[in-house]
Amino acid sequence: MTYRRRASPLHAARASVACLWCAALAVAALAAEHPAVLAGVLLAALGSAAAAGVGRDVLRFSAFVGLTLALLIAVGNALVSREGLTVIARLGEIPPFGQVDITLEALGYGAILGLRALAVIACCALYFSAVDPDEVLRLFRRFGFRSALTATLATRMVGVLAADGRRLADGQRCRPGPPASRLALVRAVTAGALDRATDVAAALEVRGYGTARRPPHARRPWSRHDVAFLASAIAILALTVAAAAGGLAEVDASGALELTPGAGPWLLAAALLAAALLPFADRRGIVR
Amino acid sequence: MSALVEIDALTYAYPTDERPSLRDVSLTIREGEFVVLCGLSASGKSTLLRACSGLVPHFHGGTFGGRVTVAGLDTRDHGPGEIAAVAGTLFQDPETQTVLGTVRAELGFGLENRGWSAAAVARGVEEAALALGIGPLLDRSTSELSGGELQRVALGAALAGRPQLVLLDEPTSQLDPVAGDELVWLLRRLNEEWGTAIVLAEHRLERCLPAADRVVALVDGAVACDAAPREFLEWAVEHEPSLATPGARMFSLAGLRPLPAGVKEARAALRAHGVEPEPAPVADPAPPRKVKHPALAFERLWHERRGGRAVLRGIELALAPGERVALMGRNGAGKSTLLRHANGLMAPTRGRVRAAGRVALLLQHPGDLLVADRVADELPEEALRAACLVHLADRHPRDLSGGERQRLALAIVTAGDEPPAAVCLDEPTRGMDRAHKAELAEQLRALGDGGSAVLVATHDPEFAVAFAERVVLMGEGEVIADGDPHDVLAGGWYFATETARIAGALTPQEGAERLRDRLKAVSAP
Repeated sequence: MTYRRRASPLHAARASVACLWCAALAVAALAAEHPAVLAGVLLAALGSAAAAGVGRDVLRFSAFVGLTLALLIAVGNALVSREGLTVIARLGEIPPFGQVDITLEALGYGAILGLRALAVIACCALYFSAVDPDEVLRLFRRFGFRSALTATLATRMVGVLAADGRRLADGQRCRPGPPASRLALVRAVTAGALDRATDVAAALEVRGYGTARRPPHARRPWSRHDVAFLASAIAILALTVAAAAGGLAEVDASGALELTPGAGPWLLAAALLAAALLPFADRRGIVR
Repeated sequence: MSALVEIDALTYAYPTDERPSLRDVSLTIREGEFVVLCGLSASGKSTLLRACSGLVPHFHGGTFGGRVTVAGLDTRDHGPGEIAAVAGTLFQDPETQTVLGTVRAELGFGLENRGWSAAAVARGVEEAALALGIGPLLDRSTSELSGGELQRVALGAALAGRPQLVLLDEPTSQLDPVAGDELVWLLRRLNEEWGTAIVLAEHRLERCLPAADRVVALVDGAVACDAAPREFLEWAVEHEPSLATPGARMFSLAGLRPLPAGVKEARAALRAHGVEPEPAPVADPAPPRKVKHPALAFERLWHERRGGRAVLRGIELALAPGERVALMGRNGAGKSTLLRHANGLMAPTRGRVRAAGRVALLLQHPGDLLVADRVADELPEEALRAACLVHLADRHPRDLSGGERQRLALAIVTAGDEPPAAVCLDEPTRGMDRAHKAELAEQLRALGDGGSAVLVATHDPEFAVAFAERVVLMGEGEVIADGDPHDVLAGGWYFATETARIAGALTPQEGAERLRDRLKAVSAP
């Protein structure tokens, strides 16, 4: 998954605000336990991705990574959790877990944790697809220049090395006779990666990286999208804090699985969804 | 003009080599000069450029003797980062030179490293983008750009901040003739309008000599000639014929002087001798050839990308056994895709490929085939002997020269008890000097004589003429011309040899003969 500039309000917002907005959504998911609220955050992330023109990428990544992780968490929790009163299966002695009784509460709570992981992963996927990494690099270079650049280059090298890997695979398919051993291939890929890294390092040197200074602070006028997403991020954080203080989105899994009753969590989910999606309504000035 | 680069008795050896790559090089490059650096492969061109950019010795290490000063900065005391403020550098491979995600960030990166203010960076980026005509690309992702676009962006990054000197290492080697010519003329414009000194290392001299003020030829790491283009050509014809341009060789064979540095000069010289240049007529496209028992045939072949464009559109092409065919066309015309269909690396979406046997394919990077630690582990001794590589049996394949690696890779894909029905090569001459190209052309002729059909995608018309008996020109996924090299390459503009553009003849020998006849006709009473 890579960033590609698109005509959307989120892409048009400055990186610092877009970062904060994605982080606010992720914090809302981390702070909530109620499935309605978590589903609201997940819908907000997927809806925003669709509105930003990266819906397919985010959905694919979330489905592949997020669902796998969610499933692992749900199953893992059911196996290791000793909480819950409603036993639905007695699996007996399973090393290293010991006596394993699957309870409905552990399974349900595992599903909630999985849903939370899925929502957080969707927020991260949205960040990677819609926030300009070069601008983020520029933000962090003011504090930790070299580490920020190293991180960016490492990400860039992934694409370059993936392309090299595809070329090498094609090259091997052109060889008559039995295919080369896996070890030989790994060695060739490693040697190629080192060559690539040396080339990139040389390019960095001649672009003045060796004597780089802290970059200047760039003053940019605040666009309508900067303001809208900042307001949205503040609203999401405020709702999250208020929900946490009021115990609106909690789950008690110590005995029987108990969710916060009433319409509160549903209203909170709707409010989060609205706060996240509202900035996308204004599509003026989104093409750069 | 004052001196911008002063190289004094430079001798340098890489840490892994005992033999120096540069030997006692002394050179001065003045402000606003356009210098072409030439020489055979491994003659020291890249090393000299790296010495001027400070990468030698700071980045590569090794043994360094003598002195290099760039805009008053001694490279022994100032590293590449400091020299970057006065000298922009562009290497061969544009993919490894782009380090950031968007074109705008890429152009601004060097300026930010120098601590320029945000407003100055923004202005520098805009100016570089305008100068290179890449304004519309500014907000594009670098991963979406074509090779030619990426090379322009990398040049923009080298030029942002208007350095006094730009060092370029074979920047056109991965570009088609159109993009290559555009890049050279762009450099010429920067040189003329901004007064930027240019040092350009290049194999295809006919492309850049018309723009050059001076040519420096390196032989075995030492300066063998340092002269104006015409004098250099005189030297080359005498001492290193593989460095002479086809136009100069044609003039020399015809006994004409002075040797021309480009097509325009050649035409003027011919007019001065009373000979009116005669461009070859543009031939009518021939109907598709019928081959009864083809070694390789593409039948109504289509390749349509899902959600994208059709890369191949109903290709109808058949090669007879032993036939040698050059496949030409600009970047993105569909040449590589067609070759990948030949041996099954890609499957057609419509139509089919028929082959009378195995199809060997050598892709653009021969190194991708080589995975063993020793040359001897890549091929049996007999096959190495047949490829004249047995003396390299104990070497690591990565330590071979470009030409040797190419030969080894070709020997690997063609190895077997039976010769392949067809051998396909994708851009085999990238970064190759003329001598190695001649060697490769000889190998291809031998493969054809052995009964294999040979299909080579190339941007190099001179190379196509050297080995091919038929040229197929592709455009937008279709065959737009297919015929004898004389029909396809003599009447073209971009896809034509230099001698064809001067005298309507494909090779220097043919052109010289034609010129001699016409001179005789002119001088006859």
